[in-house]
Amino acid sequence: MTITVFENVRLIDPASGRDGVGRLTVEDGRIAAIDSPETPEGACVIDGQGAVLCPGLVDMRVALGEPGFEYRESVKSGARAAVAGGITTMAVLPNTSPAIDNPALVHLLKVRGEETGMVSIHPYGALTRGCEGGDMAELGLLQDAGAVAFTDGTRAIADAKQMRNLLSYSRFLDALVVQHPEEPSLAKGACATASALAVRLGLPQVPAAAEAIMIARDLRLADMTGARLHFAHVSTAEGLDLIRSAKARGIKVTCDTAPPYFAMTEEDIGDFRTYAKFSPPLRSESDRAAVCAALADGTIDAVASDHAPADADDKRLPFAQARAGGTGLVTLLGVTLGAGLPLIEALRLVTCAPASLLRISAGTLAVGQDADLCLFDPEAIWEVRAGELPGRAQNTPFDGQKLKGRVLRTFRRGVEVFTAEGLA
Amino acid sequence: MPERPSVPRHLLGIEGLTAGQITPFLDLAESYALLSRSRSAPREALRGRTVINLFFEDSTRTRTSFELAGKRLGADVINMTVATSSVNKGETLLDTASTLNAMRCDLLVVRHGQSGAPALLSQKVEASVVNAGDGTHEHPTQALLDALTIRRHFGRLEGLTIAICGDVGHSRVARSNIHLLTALGNSVRLVGPPTLLPAAMAELGNVTLYSDMDEALRGADVVMSLRLQKERMGAGLVPSSREYFRFFGLDRRRLALANPGALVMHPGPMNRGVEIASDVADSDQSVIAEQVEMGVAVRMAVLDRLSRARMPL
Repeated sequence: MTITVFENVRLIDPASGRDGVGRLTVEDGRIAAIDSPETPEGACVIDGQGAVLCPGLVDMRVALGEPGFEYRESVKSGARAAVAGGITTMAVLPNTSPAIDNPALVHLLKVRGEETGMVSIHPYGALTRGCEGGDMAELGLLQDAGAVAFTDGTRAIADAKQMRNLLSYSRFLDALVVQHPEEPSLAKGACATASALAVRLGLPQVPAAAEAIMIARDLRLADMTGARLHFAHVSTAEGLDLIRSAKARGIKVTCDTAPPYFAMTEEDIGDFRTYAKFSPPLRSESDRAAVCAALADGTIDAVASDHAPADADDKRLPFAQARAGGTGLVTLLGVTLGAGLPLIEALRLVTCAPASLLRISAGTLAVGQDADLCLFDPEAIWEVRAGELPGRAQNTPFDGQKLKGRVLRTFRRGVEVFTAEGLA
Repeated sequence: MPERPSVPRHLLGIEGLTAGQITPFLDLAESYALLSRSRSAPREALRGRTVINLFFEDSTRTRTSFELAGKRLGADVINMTVATSSVNKGETLLDTASTLNAMRCDLLVVRHGQSGAPALLSQKVEASVVNAGDGTHEHPTQALLDALTIRRHFGRLEGLTIAICGDVGHSRVARSNIHLLTALGNSVRLVGPPTLLPAAMAELGNVTLYSDMDEALRGADVVMSLRLQKERMGAGLVPSSREYFRFFGLDRRRLALANPGALVMHPGPMNRGVEIASDVADSDQSVIAEQVEMGVAVRMAVLDRLSRARMPL
């Protein structure tokens, strides 16, 4: 029997609200006791020296390149990046090649995650076959195989009737439908939010309202069908206002956002910096401030990295032709801690909150749970350096920034899967 | 004078009919079923009458059933199958009506892809119109034959629990059955994916909606399986037939949740392995062949009674 005791740690468990110095005992990969004063014979003792011990992070929106684009990120390289960021559970997008529209592929990704020994992978199932926006995918069979929710990834369901049917069908499965909230005809060909800056740079633009337009339609459809609807990477004040009032009316809607939308603005595009190209594109300062406010007031339910790996050739292109998206696994914790929220609230958004949205057993420090743990120093500052990040993809939008909050050690099922440089 | 139940001139649907109007059709059909078995149907009942089967949609089974019913009662039966490709169906339909009037037909059996087409025809022809299925509206003779089949097995047609499963929303069979079964005091459960089961169907009477097949079948006396049209996949309402069977297929395990000896019914033609497993369709509990037999008897009763309704007694 393997026993590990963490002592001299600040235990933070957002699910229970606990935040205080304590001890945590792990036996055979599970949390066996909290605050037990005993140190069992033969236990390995880890002195946290006052660092925070929290649940391993749950990242509800990660794109990996597997299958089909392993040169960008494989399950294995993605897992290395994840654990370096304290993440032990990832929900991965289905718009791969082939798309995750077949029960066998759901199974494959879960097994590939297990094979790394570092992370648990929970695949999204495709909403439509091939994530191509046509025929409905086999949502029920995908769910049977373990798909945690359904989405076409970065493609919105454009057709209102199709969205109605998908939401309606998802209801008998009690499945969560995740929409990329951007009206696609307005967004087609665009790479920047319509603004004076985009006009000056001469970039093809999408109005920020493209998000609210899609959200307004889908909220109406969710109300009509009674389905569970989730909007990914919400980034505008108008979109968030719609979600806030829909929640108040009792519509079953949730949403997440990603670090670029509360830590960056369109100004970061600067001189055509393709590492600052995202889908949806970066917004104005007022939208960024609205995202921060929505994080604080609970309108936004979770923060996801929206990790979108690209290789150098994907990004070394004129801005409009470059691939959208940035890596986010390694930086998720540091950027989220910098959002101006109380520490326990910030952690809730990346642990139990996304786990409960996806109804997966993770993100809490309860006795009996898998000992998926993240030990981090909330005061330590480190510099993000593209080219030196764990994992394959290096397209971080936070290159050169100093983040506060450094992951020291990550454990999955009690096994140490990441140790920061300089630690034994 | 004892009051006689009024016989409607047309049979356009079950909706609105009372138990008192429905039961005489079943009683007469039951006697015709026995006479048909003994090869002694009354050939003189409709002698000299003309029955036209006017089918705007292909349907070998229903057309043959009506043809046989008419012939067993001695009527002259003509089959007209009309191509449906014409763009101006409304115009064509009324033109057809005036043609039929000129031919002095007595009974007009109409199958049409558009809901309400037989009702429109009935306003323009002198013959009695029997709806043999219109769009997604009604299929009254199917409901009558289902009712007769159930009554023969249970000895009654009230207080039963009937589960109607599958593509309820697009089914004229389901609608007619809902009207008939609830009018006679049975409780009806409808089950299917929400894309095939509009929430408003709950307002059709003593009807409960389910999306869990197991729940809907638990304790049912009768399980009616409906055909899933292949078009539903293309229309984005159901992803695949294998997924449909996984969640809504009537198989042995699910049937065991219904009451012991529950009847298995299907209006045909069946998609084996899609809405119903082969072993269930062929099991002792299946009365699918009997439904076809009762179909002829019910149609004899309908043609007979409607023709009498038109004659001064």
